[in-house]
Amino acid sequence: MRVKDHPVLSFPEREEITFTYQGKEVTARQGETIAAALHNHGVLELSKSGDKLRPRGLFCSIGKCSSCLMTVDGVPNVRTCITLAQEGMVVEKQEGFPDLPREAEPLEPSSTETRETDVLVIGGGPAGLKASLTAADAGGDVTLVDENPFLGGQLIKQTHKFFGSSDLDAGTRGIAIGDDLVGAVKAHENIEEMTGTSAVGVYKEAVGLYKNMEKFVKLNPGKLIVATGATEKMIPFPNNDLPGVYGAGGIQTLMNVHGVKPGKSAVIVGAGNVGLIVTYQLLQAGVDVQAVVEVAPEIGGYFVHAAKIRRFGVPILTCHTVLEVVGEERVEGVRIGEIDENSELLQESTQYLDVGIVGLSVGLSPSYKLLAHAGCELQLNPVLGGYVPIRDQRMRTTRDDVYVAGDASGIEEATSAMLEGTIAGADAAIELGVGGGREEEKIDDCLNKLKDLRAGPYYRELRKSIQGVEIG
Amino acid sequence: MDNETVDRENWKARGYLTSEEVDHPPREVLKGGAVAVIECPQRIPCDPCSESCPVGAIDMENVNSLPKVDYGKCTGCGICVENCPGLAIFTLDCSGQDTCQITLPYEFPLPEAGEEVEGLNRKGEAVSNVTVTRVKPKDRSVGDTSTVTVAVPEESVHDIRNIRRKE
Ligand SMILES: Cc1cc2nc3c(=O)[nH]c(=O)nc-3n(C[C@H](O)[C@H](O)[C@H](O)COP(=O)(O)OP(=O)(O)OC[C@H]3O[C@@H](n4cnc5c(N)ncnc54)[C@H](O)[C@@H]3O)c2cc1C
Ligand code: SF4
Ligand code: SF4
Repeated sequence: MRVKDHPVLSFPEREEITFTYQGKEVTARQGETIAAALHNHGVLELSKSGDKLRPRGLFCSIGKCSSCLMTVDGVPNVRTCITLAQEGMVVEKQEGFPDLPREAEPLEPSSTETRETDVLVIGGGPAGLKASLTAADAGGDVTLVDENPFLGGQLIKQTHKFFGSSDLDAGTRGIAIGDDLVGAVKAHENIEEMTGTSAVGVYKEAVGLYKNMEKFVKLNPGKLIVATGATEKMIPFPNNDLPGVYGAGGIQTLMNVHGVKPGKSAVIVGAGNVGLIVTYQLLQAGVDVQAVVEVAPEIGGYFVHAAKIRRFGVPILTCHTVLEVVGEERVEGVRIGEIDENSELLQESTQYLDVGIVGLSVGLSPSYKLLAHAGCELQLNPVLGGYVPIRDQRMRTTRDDVYVAGDASGIEEATSAMLEGTIAGADAAIELGVGGGREEEKIDDCLNKLKDLRAGPYYRELRKSIQGVEIG
Repeated sequence: MDNETVDRENWKARGYLTSEEVDHPPREVLKGGAVAVIECPQRIPCDPCSESCPVGAIDMENVNSLPKVDYGKCTGCGICVENCPGLAIFTLDCSGQDTCQITLPYEFPLPEAGEEVEGLNRKGEAVSNVTVTRVKPKDRSVGDTSTVTVAVPEESVHDIRNIRRKE
């Protein structure tokens, strides 16, 4: 199902390609991922799980959750949410744990490569894009890797206008901010961009990069900036693994990046900003949202985001929770109910909603694994979303050649991610001897802006938590 | 007594303001022509309303302050309506004979001028049928949000905040 008549986006006709799924020919738009193309044809189940053979579908759509693994051209466990469909590809559903192909062989020596760079940035979201631009403007050689086929991270699907201060892009749509940054990165002669490339480990002698499933690059950077973003959280309830249960960001990718309508009707779980925004965007894509369910007694997101969906009649049910998803092969409905102040369910309050989509927006947790691998000291910090690296104000971790920026340093937002990215990129350039006074000025400016941004009552808890993980 | 009016901050659970919770411009002001009303009761880091106003009618001490309109300065031009990322600003104008004009931000497939649509309140409930008098498609050089102006009966000028096109 395609999105029609979108008020903000347009999806121009693109060349069609054909690949096979379970032996049958299916079409895709050029530049569309395998998972999005299958979704458009109504294929929600992408595999059966390892031992229990439970149906599995798309969840995060940004390469982090392993819910979309399929066998592609004989290679098992391919993340189809970040792999583009290509003419003639052979795509097969996995039934349980796949066998390694018998004829599989180790990579040829010719397909590994060893290189050096001044600054390696992992992650091409707002934090990584700004870090790359800042270090490159200072004169550093920058390599920017991202495992998605497009740069931009979470920004490429934020069709709404951003908040914050007007001198920090407030009032501009996230997608427009993303387009501008990606354009500047592509035009920069000091930046080499590697999309479709996963950073798989930070070793003593180099960082391991696996490029387009073909090549292994050992890159030895002067400074490493980790801007890997965050992973969407899951909450426990029966059938939370059925196809049709998505992370909020996953729904956004389908409808706002690929123009694929995720279904006809939805329930959203979580009334933080992400849940409220996704609800509004679902309405814009022509999907009926029956309710937003929130376990807390108050709406966590900004009032103005809530008001936008309330005036379209979408109820926001506070003190409510998901009891179970109903369905065999995919979501057919959801049972919700109200809880009292002791978290006891009020039996008479339960209701069944007939929907095909359950969108979870119950928080994100920082993608810290490469930082852990690098030996950076971590701390568990619930307000920041999970494990985050200890760092100083200049975003230096406890390893002085490794920086962090953006959601990987604690869940916040794109504006702060861009400021932190600029700080990390500028400091890395200074430490490498290519940056100077101009970079110092940028750091001061960004530190002031971060302070203003986090100054309000809305961010009281966040401020305290950040102080808790900052050193120096 | 109604719970909603006792607890001024109950909008945090409801997700909408009641008409009583909004600072309405005085009737004389509305009779004199269009002015902006801002329905943004929470101190969040955001300021495009204030920054975009060409006459400085929205005063904010810092990015986290609550925006407030100075009716003495506001010309009702609607630029803030198009700029506000929270879609929280509307202009109201009761200078006409029997009806008032409401300009609202609208990011859905646009109606046409002259079309009859349903006027909805802050909870999405139908209030009455209203007529679209003007449609201004989004323009990135002025805020990037489309606006729709509807003519409404004076008694619902403080209630109608959205529209729904008829099938
Ligand atoms: C629905 C929604 C609404 C939002 N609304 C707003 C808003 O209004 N205002 C606002 O300021 N913010 C908003 N945000 C938050 C904002 O999008 C994020 O805070 C921001 O994108 C974080 O930037 P980042 O660069 O840290 O990470 P991301 O944007 O998540 O980018 C991380 C990138 O790293 C890549 N990556 C991760 N691991 C690897 C690896 N091992 N190898 C290679 N690449 C890797 C990923 O592919 C990804 O592209 C919203 C978020 C969501 C989900
Ligand atoms: S309507 Fe025009 S003059 Fe009035 S506050 Fe908005 S931008 Fe300023
Ligand atoms: S621009 Fe809109 S959301 Fe932002 S402070 Fe002003 S009224 Fe509130």
